[in-house]
Amino acid sequence: MTQIIWNGLFVGSFYALVALGYSMVYGIMKLLNFAHGDLYMLGAFIGFALLTSFSGFTATLSLVALLVVLLLSMVGTGLAGVAIERIAYRPLRSAPRLSLLITAVGASFALEYGMRIIAGPNPQVYPVRLGGSSVHVLGARIGVAQLVLIGVAIALMVTLNAMVMRSRQGRAMRAIALDPVAARLMGVDVNRVIAMAFFIGSALAGAAGVMAGSYYGSINFLMGFIIGLKAFTAAVIGGIGSFKGAMLGGVVLGLLESFGTHFLGGQWRDVFAFAFLILFLTVRPTGLLGERVTERV
Amino acid sequence: MLEIDGIDVSYGGVQALHGMSLTVADGEVVALLGNNGAGKTSTLSAVSGLVRPAGGRIVFDGHDITRASPPEIVGLGLVHVPEGRRIFSTLTVQENLQMGGYLVRDPAETRRRIDRVYGLLPRLRERREQQGGTLSGGEQQMLAIGRAIVAGPRLLMLDEPSMGLAPLVVTAVMELIAEINEGGTSVLLVEQNAKAALKIATRGYVVENGRCVLDAPAAELADDSRVVEAYLGGV
Repeated sequence: MTQIIWNGLFVGSFYALVALGYSMVYGIMKLLNFAHGDLYMLGAFIGFALLTSFSGFTATLSLVALLVVLLLSMVGTGLAGVAIERIAYRPLRSAPRLSLLITAVGASFALEYGMRIIAGPNPQVYPVRLGGSSVHVLGARIGVAQLVLIGVAIALMVTLNAMVMRSRQGRAMRAIALDPVAARLMGVDVNRVIAMAFFIGSALAGAAGVMAGSYYGSINFLMGFIIGLKAFTAAVIGGIGSFKGAMLGGVVLGLLESFGTHFLGGQWRDVFAFAFLILFLTVRPTGLLGERVTERV
Repeated sequence: MLEIDGIDVSYGGVQALHGMSLTVADGEVVALLGNNGAGKTSTLSAVSGLVRPAGGRIVFDGHDITRASPPEIVGLGLVHVPEGRRIFSTLTVQENLQMGGYLVRDPAETRRRIDRVYGLLPRLRERREQQGGTLSGGEQQMLAIGRAIVAGPRLLMLDEPSMGLAPLVVTAVMELIAEINEGGTSVLLVEQNAKAALKIATRGYVVENGRCVLDAPAAELADDSRVVEAYLGGV
């Protein structure tokens, strides 16, 4: 039982990281960024390239080196996210929502098959593999590496949440999500703040990619597809557009999957996850924490 | 202080402003009267940079702002309180006011200005942790004006601040605007409620079909039979 919960929390923390960026971009632009999962893939590949080029000295300090690589990959993925927004989405800001959505699907394919050309169609073996020692807690076997990764995920989410809730730019992001015109009238440079949201969201996805690569040990150019859909599911479960909802949704989805896999078998995992997506969309489309604004006129 | 000189504005082929011209001098409260669709809101949107005029010139304090962006214009001290208030509904009252200080680099200065707004509008202080969307219509309008004050305007543009408010609340809003004006801020006031607007205005324009057709001191406009007939519901 503890093992099932633990596995769920671990996978859930990845989902939460990716879902956060998804939800953030949706909240601010009302765009479902289908390329978001592929930024997770891109992050994994940037990390792969960095680790391979450093491989001479990573064997010994794997964890420290991994954290440095993680940071660099986050910056790289963040910049890629900003570039996608600038090239593909910004010119369509005032176009119908559907054009933007189709463009997002296009951006997703461009990333996937662009990476296929660069890195080839075959899975790559990650040069760092976090296995190693584990500790026993309440009957569950928990890897030290897992603990570190969850710690990093939590730290990233806490930092982001503090930034969004307290800082001037975070406040501007929430204001733009509610009313971009009013935000402009307060002097907010909407383009800059949106670019910033893309940077942060993409960087978090990139971080999750590197973490997944070093944990599962193998990456490929399509690895972002399913996780993108899962992150979307997590965001919907939590309440799309809400930061806390994305984190909660990620963890809830991880737990649901973990229990589903345990009782139904691994082959049902994705069926189970997407059945919950449909369930939530029908029964509670605003999600667990979705905001229903009460407004007096 | 503000000079609008013959601007044209169109939205997708429909021209809203035809050579609109008006001026606001230092310390004035200028009322912009006219029917729906006459071009009052378009005028404010052009001044605050939300729409770009196809022709003409807008000068604020010697700066040509015809093609400036909203952040540049707010930075110069020209702040627009939009129609329908447009407060940030799920941000708290305090956060809404902080958004007004977005361009104020010094957090201490923002705090001082917010305190000044709370001094002016104690109701807002009581509700500082409440979400903006839960306020009553009048309080939301006060918040929208308070938010603009935090931006430090030298010219404040207000679009229909009395819209949808009870008569007593309209009086309170107009008194607030007069008080802000006494503090040295010039005001450009768009109103359907001409009677209320002319009470606090120094001068007024009547807008028809995208241009000003009449320009006179407020007291004269309030007595002008044409204005009385068209906008004050006859007497």
